[in-house]
Amino acid sequence: MSAVALGGPRATRAGSHPLAGTGALARLALRRDRIFLAIWVYALAGSMASTTYSYRHLFNTPAEQAAQAHGIQTNPSFVVLSGPVFGHSLGALIVWKVGLFVFVLTALLGVFAVVRHTRADEEAGRLELVGSTAVGRYAALAAALAVTTGACLLIGLLIAVVQIAFGLPAAGSLALGAATALAGCLFAAVAGVCAQLTESARTARGMAISVLGAAYLLRAVGDPAARLSWLSWVSPLGWIERVQPYAGPHWWLLLVSAAVTVVLAAAAALLAGGRDLGAGLVPARPGRARAAGWLRGPLGLAWRLQRGGLAGWVLGVAASAVVLGAAAKGIGATLNSSPQVRADIVRMGGQAGLVDAYLAIEFALLSVMAAAFGVATVLRLHADEAEGRAEAMLAGPVGRIRWAAAEVVWAMGGIALLMAVAGVCSGLGYGSRTGAIGTEVGRQFGAALAQVPAAWVLAGLAVALVGLAPRVTVAAAWTVLAVVALVDLLGRSLGLSQWLLDLTPFAHVPALPGGAFSATPLIWLTVVAAGLTAAGLAAFRRRDLT
Amino acid sequence: MSAVIEVSGLRKAFGRTQALDGLELHVAPGEVHGFLGPNGAGKTTTIRVLLGLIRADGGTARLLGADPWHEAVSLHRRLAYVPGDVTLWPNLSGGEVIDLLAGLRGGAEEKRKAVLLEKFELDPTKKSRAYSKGNRQKVALIAALSAGSELLILDEPTSGLDPLMEAAFRECVEDERRDGRTVLLSSHILSEVEALCDRVTIIRAGRTVDSGALADLRHLSRTSVRAELARPPAGLDQLPGLHDLDVEGTRVSCQADNSALDELLKRLTEAGVRSLVSQPPTLEELFLRHYTDAGS
Repeated sequence: MSAVALGGPRATRAGSHPLAGTGALARLALRRDRIFLAIWVYALAGSMASTTYSYRHLFNTPAEQAAQAHGIQTNPSFVVLSGPVFGHSLGALIVWKVGLFVFVLTALLGVFAVVRHTRADEEAGRLELVGSTAVGRYAALAAALAVTTGACLLIGLLIAVVQIAFGLPAAGSLALGAATALAGCLFAAVAGVCAQLTESARTARGMAISVLGAAYLLRAVGDPAARLSWLSWVSPLGWIERVQPYAGPHWWLLLVSAAVTVVLAAAAALLAGGRDLGAGLVPARPGRARAAGWLRGPLGLAWRLQRGGLAGWVLGVAASAVVLGAAAKGIGATLNSSPQVRADIVRMGGQAGLVDAYLAIEFALLSVMAAAFGVATVLRLHADEAEGRAEAMLAGPVGRIRWAAAEVVWAMGGIALLMAVAGVCSGLGYGSRTGAIGTEVGRQFGAALAQVPAAWVLAGLAVALVGLAPRVTVAAAWTVLAVVALVDLLGRSLGLSQWLLDLTPFAHVPALPGGAFSATPLIWLTVVAAGLTAAGLAAFRRRDLT
Repeated sequence: MSAVIEVSGLRKAFGRTQALDGLELHVAPGEVHGFLGPNGAGKTTTIRVLLGLIRADGGTARLLGADPWHEAVSLHRRLAYVPGDVTLWPNLSGGEVIDLLAGLRGGAEEKRKAVLLEKFELDPTKKSRAYSKGNRQKVALIAALSAGSELLILDEPTSGLDPLMEAAFRECVEDERRDGRTVLLSSHILSEVEALCDRVTIIRAGRTVDSGALADLRHLSRTSVRAELARPPAGLDQLPGLHDLDVEGTRVSCQADNSALDELLKRLTEAGVRSLVSQPPTLEELFLRHYTDAGS
């Protein structure tokens, strides 16, 4: 309004349009993210390409392909993690192998990129600087969505081109590319909505990732169990899976995803248009006038800062564990009904039994989540240092070790807590359906806790990075976690060699429940975690603060 | 009693940038010491060395008689620090931050804290995220001042405060001085240093350019003199030590070196003085001379 009143004709034209400046902001975003986006695009298109390359040689006759597809379809743990295999062509196997993984990571890219250029900029005050220029009300959101959509489309396009170049059917390859791009765009739009709801970028990111996690979980339960398959239809990731690029493709599901994306983007714009800069939809409440009695040192501070987030993680892990545990019952039923499947299981897994194999995969998944919590918590040290809050504490009579150890304590304790919750909740979920709650809770509690030392190793590695490599801490810590998760969860079905599998800490955890318990590897993992942590803390004490 | 801050020959490089290059800084107990320099001179780097946040490459730094790197924790119990750019935990309220930081230094004196909250007109229930720069600075100041530490290190502490709050801040520093505390005040706001400090150290490009009591430093500068005379003066342009001389009939204005003042006044009285304004050099002038002269 004031631009119209005060400015000349040019200001009126450029400054009053609600999308004015979108182009400039998009160019700014591209300039800031040129490396970040290039790495994601390259890594995602590359992981699809390398799988295709190796699968062409692994399964080059229809008979081999059909046998592999059958093997996957009869192992619910594979289906839980990677979804069903649609068809038995080479393309179908490749999509099963890395499809869901690429969809989820593209969706994560969408979430990170959108929040980074909307709420994170707003919270840091940069959007205020930008907003004081001739920039429209919707420009930041529009630019963030445009850049992210562009990156996702580029990933999809590269994937389609590469698949066609490898000789896979053109229609299916295009559908696969489009499905990948839409997974990213849809969750970018989800993040666009979340960024309008809260004042904090961290919370917005957490909300959007929770939606992604819920989508993954819904299809993880729905995919292997015929009776619960409607759950997969509630999940956006379920739709994307069911595009079935090389066994269809179901183009209409792409249209559904696109329509939902547009609706979400419009909702985000509506919310953005109606609120003040810097404000969320939920108004901030006043805080305490004085600190609580326990807020007296680094440990209390870390608890004060972590408790909200930890509660969210506990809730997420508890819900996942209950649902996944309860779904284990359905898997047992499928197993008993089919003698052929039973034979397959015995061939694959030996005595442990299908349910135990399924539960082991469940805990492997949840322990990666717990490790992610640990890494995120440890990385707060880095953020506090980079943003100057560490100085406020360390200029007080607080030794560096004491300050850093506070976060480490919560990281390690949080991991143990999360896995304990996972074990109990999974036991409750499964036990409530089999009627043996007591035994199941005890058995699964132990199995979940056995994963704790391995997750500690990853958090310990993050501490070591904070101390030894402050320049690359964040990127390195998350990259290691992603690679470990990938190798740990998918390595065996990818056919990776044993020494590579052995590099991840989770490979050394005894196969529980069902397998033989052995304390030695757990002690070793704990020692390694302690060593990494000690090395990180010692280095942190000796180096300059950045 | 030995010096509170004793820095000599301090050197620190970040990559190829030499941030500190033989810096000297001596602060005696009970004094309010101004630490002056343009942006990027090395003020904050020096303070970070003194706080044991970074380690110097060379030279010595002693704080309260101890090594700031090795004795960091015990030293920090005796000092309070206010950074120039205050970052707080966005989801903690101001009151929580004050209690936390003051609590670490041995606990706030409640009465003192209440007085300070009143004085700086701060609402402690607001979340830090919602504070303006000035209000964040107030949070850090109140946390530092309420602990009653024997040494205060203030790094451009008023850069976000309005003039009323600046006045409140000056009162607080006066109180500290009266209580016998030592204050290191880093600043480029010269009027503030002029009003508060007993002695100053001026640095540039990581080196100490000058140090001493304000009165001693003034010899480096000139007195500005403006006079209205009865008759046009004679022979002023031949006088050594006069600068920017401007004579318009009976009006004279110039800058005089202190050595030339006596002769100048004689010449002026000879011409019959109707009015005379002479001003001591402001720190602005002192400052400008130092940095333009040393820089060119």
